[in-house]
Amino acid sequence: MNLIVNDNGFSKDDWNGGFSALNDARPDVGIDLATSSDPGELQGRLDDISIIRVIFPNFSDGRGFTIARCLRLMGYNGRLRAAGHVIADQYAMARRAGFDEIEIAGAIAERQPEADWRFRANWREHDYQSRLRGRIPF
Amino acid sequence: MYNYNDFDAKFVAERNRQFRRQVERRISGNLSEEEFKPLRLMNGLYLQLHAYMLRVAIPYGTLNSRQMRQLANIAERWDKGYGHFTTRQNIQFNWPKLRDVPDMLDALAEVDMHAIQTSGNTIRNVTADHFAGAAADEIADPRPVAELLRQWSTDHPEFQFLPRKFKIAVSGSPNDRAVIRAHDIGIGIVKRDGRIGYCIIAGGGLGRTPMIGKVISEFVTQENLLPYVEAVVSVWNLLGRRDNKYKSRIKITVHEHGIEKIRSLVEERFELLRRTYSGIDIKLFEEITAAFSPPEFQKVSAGEFELAYKSDPVFESWADTNLAKHRAEGYAIAQISLKAHGQTPGDATSDQMRAMADMAEEYGNDELRISHEQNVVLPHVRKSDLPAIHSILKKHGLATANIGLASDIIACPGMDYCALATARSIPVAQDISNLLKNLEDEIGELKIKISGCINACGHHHLGHIGILGLDRAGVENYQITLGGDATQNTALGRRTGPGFSHDKIVPAVERLILTYLELRENSGETFIEAYRRLGMEPFKSALYDRVHAHAAE
Repeated sequence: MNLIVNDNGFSKDDWNGGFSALNDARPDVGIDLATSSDPGELQGRLDDISIIRVIFPNFSDGRGFTIARCLRLMGYNGRLRAAGHVIADQYAMARRAGFDEIEIAGAIAERQPEADWRFRANWREHDYQSRLRGRIPF
Repeated sequence: MYNYNDFDAKFVAERNRQFRRQVERRISGNLSEEEFKPLRLMNGLYLQLHAYMLRVAIPYGTLNSRQMRQLANIAERWDKGYGHFTTRQNIQFNWPKLRDVPDMLDALAEVDMHAIQTSGNTIRNVTADHFAGAAADEIADPRPVAELLRQWSTDHPEFQFLPRKFKIAVSGSPNDRAVIRAHDIGIGIVKRDGRIGYCIIAGGGLGRTPMIGKVISEFVTQENLLPYVEAVVSVWNLLGRRDNKYKSRIKITVHEHGIEKIRSLVEERFELLRRTYSGIDIKLFEEITAAFSPPEFQKVSAGEFELAYKSDPVFESWADTNLAKHRAEGYAIAQISLKAHGQTPGDATSDQMRAMADMAEEYGNDELRISHEQNVVLPHVRKSDLPAIHSILKKHGLATANIGLASDIIACPGMDYCALATARSIPVAQDISNLLKNLEDEIGELKIKISGCINACGHHHLGHIGILGLDRAGVENYQITLGGDATQNTALGRRTGPGFSHDKIVPAVERLILTYLELRENSGETFIEAYRRLGMEPFKSALYDRVHAHAAE
């Protein structure tokens, strides 16, 4: 079963509404976005969405970070989740880019236990971006 | 010079703590090699042909004596007693052990240095004019903005897993010494109506598909600089190709979509990003600028310089080639050649590093620079101290008088070290350098640049004579290009024709040079000028025409 990671460590997924692709968007169902999608397509629809899940096909595909940033810049205030192949070393980047949480498969959790993720729970510290911007961007 | 504040120091310490743990997790097997690779790369650690290689950032090529001494110590303690200065103003240690690297990074942190983002698909070490703050022709010192960009790009959460590497260079002078048109983003400091701003050039690069960068914005103000550059990288991060690493650099994105399309996407993103900056970066920029304020220059007599110049022909020759014009009267910019004839271009031993550190401390305002041409620069020296400096340089094998001449060759490490190389570069550079040793004063200004593979780390496209080493069915084959130019008039060299084998490439270069000497209008016409006047034909004939080829052999 997949786990959710946030600053407190691992927890069970408390989102029960499921996810659908953008094309099949329905109220109260989360949206799954591929890293190849154009976040601009969600313009004007963000207020109706409760949760967006960006699926990383591979941890080296960094588009997800810019997608998260764009969604936040477009005014999305809902829940934003990174899922797929994300590694513990990317936790701080994901949070700083605007994600609230990461969804990982059991196999990743086994190799990268909770302590590896909590090691970066200090993502608000040592952050050049907030220093240069004078505020947390979101 | 910029010194780390508390924030910078804590950041680097924290980053080293993270990397130490990543190394432990790799050694225990909890990080796969696939996962560890980008993490080690973003901390400067490569796996080369024979060993790991640690590439240490020398931001905008500036360092002080304490830092240079620490590099010397690191080379001795964890490497083989030497380091290699690169075309991106970094230093590479070729023989570290994985287990030692965290300690090496801690040793760097002791002197405000790091290896962050010197490789990987990240924004790399920001480079700048090596004469910054000293050049007579400068609009403004490019280093404050390079430092601002260093801070902005460091650990930028969006840009740690880009489609490919991303290189930024800054020039503060209309005479470009930072090759800004061959970078992913080149920034030229410009003045408009008395205000300083930035001309932003995007999509330049060398490698497999060389491109000269295009102006994406003529004038970006200081307060808009970070959001504008961020918009460029952000647009490329989504648009840049990830299906083919040879097509992923921004030069290809700009080429495929057109600069107009990219510009309009960037402007759209910029409007969103601008709001995330409160303006505090202006204050930080002012603090950084103050840290780079120039030293106080004194009026000193150049009498000792004149005397040595007239009486010592060795000093005279060194002064003629290795000095550049300083903005202050009675001062000079002294260039220390790391291109001793027959040696590896860009290598310095620990003893040499210490000697350079000592000279910087005693005579040079405690500053050293690394140039993209793989030499070291003492940016602020009194002309009256030059005879003393020269005699110290001689003692340490550092007094080669060849800056800008035929043996001042840029060469990548090639097959002697690099896992990507398809041919050797260093031995070709060494042989050319030995061959032209006695002729190079007669030849005059000549830029020879050698790469050992298509990735063009040796900038061969920009050489007056460029040499590219390839692998043709297991045999090294060297192609020649002519007419490249790394200045503000950036030009890519043209290929002469079929390549030459390893034992034929040096005689081929010799034929080019003899042809030039024969055909030049007078001794004042440089190789590149003669090439522009005469075109490719006479050189081509010298290379491939049987008669010429035999006569030379």
